[in-house]
Amino acid sequence: MEINELKQKALQIRKLTIREIGHFGSGHIGGSMSIVEMLTYLYYQEMRIDPKDPGKEDRDRFVCSKGHAGPAVYATLADKGYFPLEWLKTLNQGGTLLPSHCDMTKTPGIDFTGGSLGQGFSAAIGIALGQKIKKQDARTYVVIGDGESQEGQIWEGAETAAQWKLGNLTAFTDLNKLQLDGPTADIVSMENICTRWLGFGWYVQRIDGHDIAAIARAVENAKKVTDRPSMIVMDTQKSHGFIPGETTVNNHSMAFDENVAEEAIKALLEREGE
Amino acid sequence: MKDTSKFANMKDAVMAAINELGDTDERVVMLDADLASCLGSASFGEKHPGRFFDCGIAEANMIGVAAGMSSMGLRPFTHTFGIFASRRVFDQLFLSVGYAKQVVHMIGTDPGVTAQYNGGTHMPFEDIALLRQVPGVTIIEPSDAQSCYELIKQAYALDKSSYTRAPRKGVAHRYPLGTKIELGKGIELATGSDVAIIATGSVMVGEGEKAVKILKEKGINATLVDLHTIRPLDTELLENVAKRCGSMLVCENARYAGGVGEMIATHLIQTVPVKMDFLNVGERYGEVGNLEYLMGTFGFTAENIAAKAEKLTK
Repeated sequence: MEINELKQKALQIRKLTIREIGHFGSGHIGGSMSIVEMLTYLYYQEMRIDPKDPGKEDRDRFVCSKGHAGPAVYATLADKGYFPLEWLKTLNQGGTLLPSHCDMTKTPGIDFTGGSLGQGFSAAIGIALGQKIKKQDARTYVVIGDGESQEGQIWEGAETAAQWKLGNLTAFTDLNKLQLDGPTADIVSMENICTRWLGFGWYVQRIDGHDIAAIARAVENAKKVTDRPSMIVMDTQKSHGFIPGETTVNNHSMAFDENVAEEAIKALLEREGE
Repeated sequence: MKDTSKFANMKDAVMAAINELGDTDERVVMLDADLASCLGSASFGEKHPGRFFDCGIAEANMIGVAAGMSSMGLRPFTHTFGIFASRRVFDQLFLSVGYAKQVVHMIGTDPGVTAQYNGGTHMPFEDIALLRQVPGVTIIEPSDAQSCYELIKQAYALDKSSYTRAPRKGVAHRYPLGTKIELGKGIELATGSDVAIIATGSVMVGEGEKAVKILKEKGINATLVDLHTIRPLDTELLENVAKRCGSMLVCENARYAGGVGEMIATHLIQTVPVKMDFLNVGERYGEVGNLEYLMGTFGFTAENIAAKAEKLTK
């Protein structure tokens, strides 16, 4: 896909995510919206996957370790054809296959369960190591939050992934600079995040996480580095594209109905010149 | 099937089973957390190059990595001391392994007083209770080398996650090669009808055997069961023994809360209610000392077992 087509696709994922959460009435809008460009690039351009065969053994794999971004992942998977778009209306309803946090036992296309922060990252390392053991020419992608990076498990994983030279692992940090209780800088600052990853022996790049062309370049660069795992730190805006959330600090989880969702989509389309 | 009768330590039986599984099943991988030399788990890497990983002193990550490997179709064994294998990684083993329906075989060494000179900081009494909170995990505590070797292999064959509670050092040779050892089926080592003694693990089964002899001299015929499988619980055998004996003493090198005694009592109260007593550490923390000292301190002795059992007959 051309960059402009991917941009259109990202807009579509945003619309689906806003409607999905609006239909339920509340949800993790902030951290969902900040990773939309990354999801779009991975699922529509980069990963070797087949929505008709979600369990294909030697597929590329993606772990959303910041599992609360499930709504954006579900919107992407639905749009890709892993399951019907109608399912998005079942988010968080009793018996749904789309729970608040990503769950590999429920949702087709989810490669590992996330939710207890830090855990998906270790699993992704195990997956990347497993791909190597099985001599697969496959890659593992994982996204963690900046707040999530306060978990000790992230750094336990960082040291082993470097030790095992997992060149097939590309991680993203969603540096949206907000966590549930407020600005990350006021709670436990993550501003020196790149230095940390460099210190742990990773190949580190920092980009604008809403610039698909920049994501494309960074992912290509990461693939060329085969003796180390890669960390792509993405500067992002929490709730990016859900305009009512962009101007508030309390956007981790927001309550809004379908009317607000449609107004927000209209405002977004106007801003994007659509 | 290997004859383990010459093994000097329980850890040899653990690694014999895992190495043998690795010989025939290339899905088996071995992970350790800087205690490879304590168990001898690096031998797996020597026999199976590229399939052993020392994860360093980072147990939570080790369990997460193992869960990720499981999702790739691999079948990891993990090892660390029992305290770390349960307490330190509880959220990881609950969510990334249990909830996510992955298959990881966890070895937690030096249960309860067998932690000896590592002392109270390293003495897992609570691991049984913690593992019982994770639905679907098989829990075994073998009492000798042969049963350890065979039960680890049987637990693997179920293709469900498992937790093995085993001391590293010292070993009993109770069951010769050829003894019928079956996961989920306790072994009756003595069959009496006056009182039942249910024992789990090498310390309690060993002392239980001596207690049966003490009781015999007093004219009391006790049943002794080696309950090597904690989950799934052998309810059929426990019900039969309870019916026959009318009273039961449950002995475990562990805490009472969430332990084997509570598990059995919960079942029998609904099926065959009998008078029961329990031998465990109660509310106490562990402490340092040699095995003999610690067994004496916590009352894990044949004399105490016999006294408690005798009391139940009155």
